[in-house]
Amino acid sequence: MLILGPIGFTLPWLLWGLVVLPVLWLLLRAVPPAPIRRRFPGVALLLGLKDEDHQADRTPWWLLLLRMLAVAALILGFAGPVLNPDVKAAGNGPLMIVVDGSWADARDWSSRSGRIAAALTEAGRAGRTAALVSLTDLPPGGPVFTAADAVAERLPSVQPMPWEPDAAAMQGLAAALPEGGFETLWLSDGLDRDGRAALAGALAAKGPVTVVESPRDVRALGGAQIADGKVNARVLRARSDIAMTADVVAHGLDPSGIERELARVTARFEAGSGEAEASFDLPPELRNRVTRLEIANETTAGAVALTDDALKRRKVALVTAGAGQEGLELLSPDHYLRQALAPTADLIDGTLTDVLVASPDVIIMADVGRVPETEALLDWIDEGGLLVRFAGPHLASTDVGRDTLDPLLPVRLRTGGRAVGGTMSWGEPKALAPFEEGSPFFGLAIPPDVTVTAQILAQPGPDLADATIARLADGTPLVTRRQVTDGQIVLFHVSANAEWSSLPLSGLFVQMLERLAVSGRASRPEAEELAGTTWKPEKVLDAFGTLGEADEMPGVAGEVLADPVIGPDLRPGLYASGDRRLALNAVAADRTLTAATWPAGVTVEGLAVARELPLKGWFLVAALAMLLADIIAALAVGGRLGRASRGVTPAIALVLAFAVAPSDLRAQQDEAALVREAGNVVLAHVLTGDRETDRVAEAGLWGLSEVLFARTSVEPVEPVGVNLETDELSVFTFLYWPVTADQKAPTPAAYAKLNRYLHTGGMILFDTRDADVAGFGSASPEGKRLQALAAPLDIPPLEILPKDHVLTRAFYLVQDFPGRFSGAPLWVEAAPPDAEQVEGMPFRNLNDNVTPVVIGGNDWASAWAVDENGQYMFPVGRGLGGERQREIAYRFGVNLIMHVLTGNYKSDQVHVPALLERLGQ
Amino acid sequence: MNTSPPSPEASARPAGLRRQAEALASALPPLMADARHLAATVQLGQHGRRRSGMGDEFWQYRPAHAGDGARAIDWRRSGRADQQFVREKEWQAAQSVHLWVDDARSMEFTGDPKRQAKADRARLLALALAVLLIRAGERVGLADPVAPPRSGEVQLLRLAQALTRPAGEADFGAPEARAILPGSRAVFISDFMADPAAVEAALGHAADRGVRGVLLQVLDPVEEAFPFDGRTIFESMGGTVAHETRKAGDLRDRYLARLAERKARLSALAAQAGWLFTTHHTGDPAQGALLWLYAALGKGR
Repeated sequence: MLILGPIGFTLPWLLWGLVVLPVLWLLLRAVPPAPIRRRFPGVALLLGLKDEDHQADRTPWWLLLLRMLAVAALILGFAGPVLNPDVKAAGNGPLMIVVDGSWADARDWSSRSGRIAAALTEAGRAGRTAALVSLTDLPPGGPVFTAADAVAERLPSVQPMPWEPDAAAMQGLAAALPEGGFETLWLSDGLDRDGRAALAGALAAKGPVTVVESPRDVRALGGAQIADGKVNARVLRARSDIAMTADVVAHGLDPSGIERELARVTARFEAGSGEAEASFDLPPELRNRVTRLEIANETTAGAVALTDDALKRRKVALVTAGAGQEGLELLSPDHYLRQALAPTADLIDGTLTDVLVASPDVIIMADVGRVPETEALLDWIDEGGLLVRFAGPHLASTDVGRDTLDPLLPVRLRTGGRAVGGTMSWGEPKALAPFEEGSPFFGLAIPPDVTVTAQILAQPGPDLADATIARLADGTPLVTRRQVTDGQIVLFHVSANAEWSSLPLSGLFVQMLERLAVSGRASRPEAEELAGTTWKPEKVLDAFGTLGEADEMPGVAGEVLADPVIGPDLRPGLYASGDRRLALNAVAADRTLTAATWPAGVTVEGLAVARELPLKGWFLVAALAMLLADIIAALAVGGRLGRASRGVTPAIALVLAFAVAPSDLRAQQDEAALVREAGNVVLAHVLTGDRETDRVAEAGLWGLSEVLFARTSVEPVEPVGVNLETDELSVFTFLYWPVTADQKAPTPAAYAKLNRYLHTGGMILFDTRDADVAGFGSASPEGKRLQALAAPLDIPPLEILPKDHVLTRAFYLVQDFPGRFSGAPLWVEAAPPDAEQVEGMPFRNLNDNVTPVVIGGNDWASAWAVDENGQYMFPVGRGLGGERQREIAYRFGVNLIMHVLTGNYKSDQVHVPALLERLGQ
Repeated sequence: MNTSPPSPEASARPAGLRRQAEALASALPPLMADARHLAATVQLGQHGRRRSGMGDEFWQYRPAHAGDGARAIDWRRSGRADQQFVREKEWQAAQSVHLWVDDARSMEFTGDPKRQAKADRARLLALALAVLLIRAGERVGLADPVAPPRSGEVQLLRLAQALTRPAGEADFGAPEARAILPGSRAVFISDFMADPAAVEAALGHAADRGVRGVLLQVLDPVEEAFPFDGRTIFESMGGTVAHETRKAGDLRDRYLARLAERKARLSALAAQAGWLFTTHHTGDPAQGALLWLYAALGKGR
């Protein structure tokens, strides 16, 4: 490879081709452009004419230069130029490629495998043997060196695994390394783990070791926990040097069953700390839906924390004493409980025996005295159940727990109840005391209007203070609690309805219930509970953090799950046993991440090597472009580009013409045009963008201008097309606007201009040109488009042109207004409502100014249109009748322009007698 | 089953005849239709001879003079008045008009495929003129002996047939004046790109016989503009004449000068012989040229 500065050539000998360029120059110079053969009768007149000079005999120098450059670019291109050529000294001997293959590799796996492929290709070119070892998927018989090409073929089958290399496996590999020296390329995932240093040492003993590490940090989620109603997730990182943030996203199903992002919080790493906390404060409805947490933009199994039963909705059983009073719902003991719990929990109704079968998380008993199924209930509480009881008339009237501690009550009770603040008692209703620290209710705000008028009192005792988690302002317990093995019993000393207190009416009630229900969640099963169970994998995570089906995986014994070691036999994912679910995450809850450190003598490089940039394609494209330019230039020189092509400028003009397509037929008004338009009467038509329509409109206005010129003292100059966006409208008195079905609406700025134009006396004639197919106003496409176009215009109310409108007599006396079609009505500004015909006057005294718009569909422009020879462009009607119709169309045009220019002059009473006489009768 | 197929000779003759007939018929009606259409535009405002004389059409009643034969008096008209009236007919003396349409290869040129070839335009003008003239009662024929002047609608068909003959082999055509009757009128339609000496000779021959007429030069706009550039080999339509240039653009001015010179010479020739000359471009409507032709022929009548 020949290297010149930053560019190298893979085939330098081809550069000798540059030597022939001067020869080519001479050759091309000698060969003039090929002549065109033309048949031309005028040749008889040409005979004997001599050429004046012989300049075109030779190809012009700039064309030669262009061709030289093209050929030079071709030669350079085929010589294989490479920017930043990679000229590293090739190694020798076998090459061992080691990949960690853990979940931490997954994020940039494509660049890793690209790096491996590059190394294998290089080794293949150098004829070296190679071996590829993935530490998570070790070859059974230890690594074997084979041809690099064969290894490259196996490369796609090497994929990262959702677990991490085992220390024992690495030791085994260190022991089973092949004989002889070899070079090692280790693509590390950047995490430190046991056994790595030993393996690195063993590899270094065999030969040079190069380590490739991604400069990006490895981050992971250490499982989700629930604490105080919040979902907390530990966010871990390997490099703890600088402070930074990580977004953690909670995914779950929305109410329609579509998985979407439910919440997102930002965890903040302090400098020097490898751990941060992402805390989701979610409403229970949302929290119940969360299926997984993950670090945003981190596509690895480690960055995903699956959630299981721990975050699911609670099953709450409501048990009340008997049927109670029928129909009095607000007095029903469990009405407020239902209202409070229904949004956040699955409620179960029934007798105690029934609900125990459904194994609820919580059982709430409102005002139940004696419980017959005490044994069964106690068993359930022992297993972690939460029993919440409410006092009430029933409980107060029984003697349960009065003498001894009832097993289903947290404290001993005193006989009878206590009423305060009632009509028959002294004292004020009692308020709540602030919750003490250590109480599950700690931190809840107490509304001042929550009062208690009756309660059941607890028997004072040494353990009463410990059992009390909420008390009234006078110190008497309001809520007491007792732990029973794994479960607990909570007693509210007031009733669950509003008879004894206003607590159930307040939001505090809901919050207290929520605190209690949350703290009573289904916790992670313990080892002894798992013993003997079999868990079936439902879904498993791959290294990239995607959940896949686990149809063919064998069940896992509960003992294994009690102390899980994630590996080939126990993949991270969701495991199910019965209706219990257990999530296994790729990163253990207590895991910390540490960045890998390498012994001295190991070369560490990033994934991105200085990339070789082959320039061959660019050179060839440049050569092709120059040859294309040469074609155009040669055509220009040879006179084949048409009359206008002399020299190089037309070629450039041609290219430019293609590049800058004319967006508008008419260039912007220049000053001369403005002066001309302001100084004369100019009929203008709105450019619709449809060439044919614009052509007809222009020809129509041309025809009308001719007629005006011939018959009246109005002497218009050539009509112009108006671009509403760019042109100044104030110089025009009349705009003809043919409406096409697919016309583009003007911009708001143009509408502002149009409105100003209409306010200052301009007139627009809208022509939908569809009177032949549609009665005007019906839903023809043009009619609809007109409505859309005219909506932003400030147009007064319209009416069908009345018989005494000044348009009927502005110049000619006309009664209908045909264009190419006839019959469709014409709409003009409505007459004022108080316009009345005065006795003896033929016409009403109508508007004092020009109607700003005239709307119709008779296609006037086509009737008016004449071509450059003065011939009518379109037939109108048939025979003499048609000619008459065209004449009337012209007369309408004349009247219209007269109306625009003179306003209601013809309404003047001076003319009434003469007009009357001419009207006859 | 046992009928043998007809021999090739037997079937070829009718088929060949029919093919020719179809080819002819396919060219004729459009040309005739175009020519009639074109002629129809001239009809208005151009009335016969506007003189009394021999003829079929009624011209006017005039009071009888002394010398009018009694047979000349129109009794029906005279019966309604005290005076005698003579019924006069419109003069319909026929004149012979010879058409010569250049059928050389050079006439097949058109500078734009969308434009009519010069030959097509020339034929159209000639036939439309013939329609007008025959409608006015003149006798129209070709300048060569193939179709001597006759009157009547049938002559139109004959003329159309003669005009749609395949083009000649010559690159440039020379006017034909041998068969022109003395004292008649002649119309020469050509691009006059050939040697003007032939035109001169023909005009001299015609002038000797007291023939007057018009020269109509039909040119393509490209021939007037010469929009060529670059290295070019110009060839005549038949390929017999060629001229190579390295910079066609430089020749433009000199070519235009020569063309103007050629026109001037033709104009001078025509003036000498008492003829009229004009140039018509195929890019313009044919109507103008037809009007000019008709008016030019009517002049001096």
